[in-house]
Formats: sequence, structure tokens, C-alpha cells
Amino acid sequence: MADLRVKIGALSMLNPVMTASGTFGYGKEFEDFVDLEQIGAIIVKGTTLEHREGNPYPRMAETPSGMLNAVGLQNKGVDYFVKHIYPEIKDIKTNMIVNVSGHDLESYIQCAERINELDGIPAIELNISCPNVKQGGMTFGVHPDCAAEVVRAVRKVYKKTLIVKLTPNVTDITEIAKAVEEAGADGISLINTLLGMAIDAEKRRPVLSTVTGGMSGAAVKPVALRMVWQVARAVKVPVIGLGGIMNWKDAVEFLLAGASAIEIGTANFIDPAITVKVAAGINDYLERHHYKSVQDIVGALEL
Amino acid sequence: MKKFILDLRVTENIRLHDRYVLLKMTHENTLPDMIPGQFAQIRVDGSPTTYLRRPISINYVDKEKNEVWFLVQIVGDGSRKLSEAQVGSFVNVVLPLGNGFTVVNDADSRYLLVGGGVGTAPMLFLGKWLKDCGIKPDFLLGARTINDLLQLDSFKALGEVYATTEDGSYGEKGFVTQHSILKQKNYDHICTCGPKPMMVSVAKYAKESSIDCEVSLENTMACGIGACLCCVENTKEGNLCVCKEGPVFNINRLLWQI
Repeated sequence: MADLRVKIGALSMLNPVMTASGTFGYGKEFEDFVDLEQIGAIIVKGTTLEHREGNPYPRMAETPSGMLNAVGLQNKGVDYFVKHIYPEIKDIKTNMIVNVSGHDLESYIQCAERINELDGIPAIELNISCPNVKQGGMTFGVHPDCAAEVVRAVRKVYKKTLIVKLTPNVTDITEIAKAVEEAGADGISLINTLLGMAIDAEKRRPVLSTVTGGMSGAAVKPVALRMVWQVARAVKVPVIGLGGIMNWKDAVEFLLAGASAIEIGTANFIDPAITVKVAAGINDYLERHHYKSVQDIVGALEL
Repeated sequence: MKKFILDLRVTENIRLHDRYVLLKMTHENTLPDMIPGQFAQIRVDGSPTTYLRRPISINYVDKEKNEVWFLVQIVGDGSRKLSEAQVGSFVNVVLPLGNGFTVVNDADSRYLLVGGGVGTAPMLFLGKWLKDCGIKPDFLLGARTINDLLQLDSFKALGEVYATTEDGSYGEKGFVTQHSILKQKNYDHICTCGPKPMMVSVAKYAKESSIDCEVSLENTMACGIGACLCCVENTKEGNLCVCKEGPVFNINRLLWQI
């Protein structure tokens, strides 16, 4: 067995496999299929200060080797999370990470403050990249100054590991990455979904209620891989790679490109047991290539 | 109910009509318990345009043969590929998913099961379930033509069958809600599955007649287990996942204009 342990800031993980927010519920939805404690970290559904009903149906369109979603951060708000969901998940023996989202600076800060009080949550992933909410979300993530401002503000109130999730819908993602690193991020995850669109030709109407939505799945992998590689060369903090990872081989490619850990998203819908299979597959790869530790292949791409 | 990911072996592939296939599948172990109205997420291999699993309702469970049946309507590439599943091949299935119909265990309950098109699928399993509870249900099945009316003999073995077709090729001409049986007989419960306009008119009829009514929704889904929040229905309780909180809903919970 190779050493699969990974550290992101003060966060210690059993292995580099994490779940992407919004694709794994609160973990419980998958407990019939996988041993949740064998997953490095579970990033739960995006949480906001206030209750959000999300966008109207339809919210999903299948695309070639991928899908578009326009969920719009439906969640019951941080108070509900603290009172009703946290007690249910706090004893799961893995890292339960909350994805924190907001619509203005103050809502990000207040939400992060509430999560900071929870002993069972060792890290947050700050979502400055959601393409499906009208205000905030991605608008913070597309300008280096705005991105840095929100990270700096949250950094002041959040004392544990702070991961910042970036949007790929920018001209130069390395500028944003450098800005959030400078502002105090302990780790950077990327990519969130790519902005896309689907049209029903027969009806001459958009498929999604919001017209545009976020694209994920196998089809986005080459874009994600490229951006992870660029960002890993531009910053010193650990990078978490995600975007279209369907199997262990995809995961290894992200590690070679410079990611210290990976997140599995849309693949959970197709194989609800994929997380533990990817962790096992990474181990097999390391053994086959005589690596002692997963650290040995992080950024080991030979150019 | 505990959910499973299983590789099921196809035991029969019966072409019912041009666009419909009945797939019967089994497993070396006893299949999990399933309830009428629940569904499975079926992975379609070998179809490049089919990325996500396909939610397909459980058509029937044959406990003696340890078989589960799925009725597949061929619509796109995914369902076409699935319809070509060979006997002896394996199909990867996640099941049982969602909540089924409510069965009031009272032999005097008068049930009307209304199915439209391929939406008749769960009604066969529900009819069998009711029969095993000592309740003889009536079925009201609607389709475009006689070729879209499926498994009629199986339904007839479980209860009285009434039908409508849009072209009048079988049963009464018109839509299910126009069938004369609705004026002749009284029911305590209506369970329905089919195209949304049909379910809305059935729900409207049930509401006006003060009949308890459950509908099975089929909003577009991705995960099927309540994780992605794509398939939501706007209800009195807010946006609820059809896959996890449904697919069966009592019409009292919905915000339909009926």
C-alpha cells in the first residue's frame, strides 16, 4: 500500500480523493454505496447565509459526455445547516468540508463565521465561482481584485483551512490564483463549471430555465487539466484539481499536472461508488510505478 | 430502503411494438425489496451520446423468478441502445430509488390506476401489489393508438381494464379523463403516471371528485439519489427532488393549477 496521505494547509486527508460540492449532497445520500470514511474529504452542498430556493426547473441538460446544470445554490441557509445537518454529519470520520457561497462580501463573512464555530468542520471551500446565481458567485471570481477582497475578508474571520474555488470563465486564471494566494488562501481548487448553453430546436427555446448553465463532466477535462497545470506552476499553495474526472487515470493525470488532491463531481452521478474506486486506482498506479507516496507524482509531469 | 448498484443479467428482451421493449433481468442473489412507483437508474453502455444514467420505473417484480422488469420506450440513442440488450448480457442498475405509491391496506378500497403511454409501466407492479393485498384495482389506460397500449393481457389478469386511444383504434376514442367509466364508478384512490398534461387532468378530476390522488413525476434527472438537486418540483414545501422525495407525490403537496 502506497502512502496516499495529503495535507492542504492544516487539513490532513487519508487520500487525495475529495467530492465536489453539489455532486455529493451531504454525504449521507451515498452511504449505501461507499464507506464515506474511505474518502479523503467530503465537500458538502454549497451553503449560503440565507435560505435559497435555487432556480426554477428545468435545471439540467445532458450534453455530449457531460451535462449543464443551473441549480443556483439551492440550500436552506447556514442556520439550518448548523442546527439540523451538522449534527447528522459531524461524526462521519472523514473531513467534512463546507462549500461557502455568498452574494456580497458581508454574506460570505457571516456564513464563514458561523462555520468557523463548528469543531467538526476542519475547512471551508470558498465558492467565488458559481455561474448560476445572478449576484455574486462568479462575479467575485472573475476579477483578481474582487477575488482577493473576498478571500482577505473571510481569512480574517475564518481560522481553519481555507480553500478557494475558482471559475474557469476568465481570461487568465493564474492571475486570479495568485491574487487569492496573496490574500491568504491555504489551497486553491479548480475548475468550477464552464458557462454553457443548450437549445431545444423543436421548441426554439433554451433547455434551462436560466438560459445558460454550468457545464461539467468528462467533456471539460482537457480544459480543467490545462488550467490546473497553469495554476500549479503559478502558485505555491496546494492545488486541488477537478473537472471531468471519471476514473483513477483521470485523477492521476491531474496529480501529474500539479494537483495535490482531486475532487470527483459529475462522475458520482454515473457511478455512486466511484470515489473509493479512484482512491484504490491511484494506489495501484503508485505501486505499479514503485512510488512510495502520492506526493511523489504531484507535478511530476515530464515536459 | 437500502439502495444497491447491481449488474443484472438480462433474461428476456421482448419487443412489444416498434418503439417498446420489455427487459426482464435477474441477479444471482435475491433482488432487493422494491415498491411500486420506485425506479432504477440504468447505465447505458456503448452509446456515446448517453452520458447519464436513465431513470426507468420498475414495471414488475416477479418474486418467484427473482426478476425485475423494465419497460423501455425507444426515444433517443440511449433508449435504443438499452433496447438492444442481449439475453445473457449484464446491465448496471442502481435501485430501488425514490418513494412508491401509498397502498391503503383495506380490501374495500376502490383503486383506479391511470396510465398513459409508457407511464402505464409502474401500474402493472402496483396492480399486482394491490391484488396481493386483496384489492382488485381497475385500470384506465390511455395511448395514442392500439400499438402504444402495452401489456394488456398482464393488466387484464389483475383487474378490470378500461382504455382510451386518441385515434379510437382500441377502447373509447379520446383521452383517459373523457372515459365513461369515470361517470359510472366511484373510487377512493387514483394513482397515475404518464405525460404531464394527462396527469394534470387526472389530478383535476380527482380533486373535483374529492378522490385521494397520487401522481408519479418524471422530471429530468441527473443523479437519481437527491444529491444534484436538478429534478426539483416546486411544491408547497418548496423545491423538492423528484428522485428522492418522489417520484410519487400526493396532489395535495403540489402547486399544480387544478
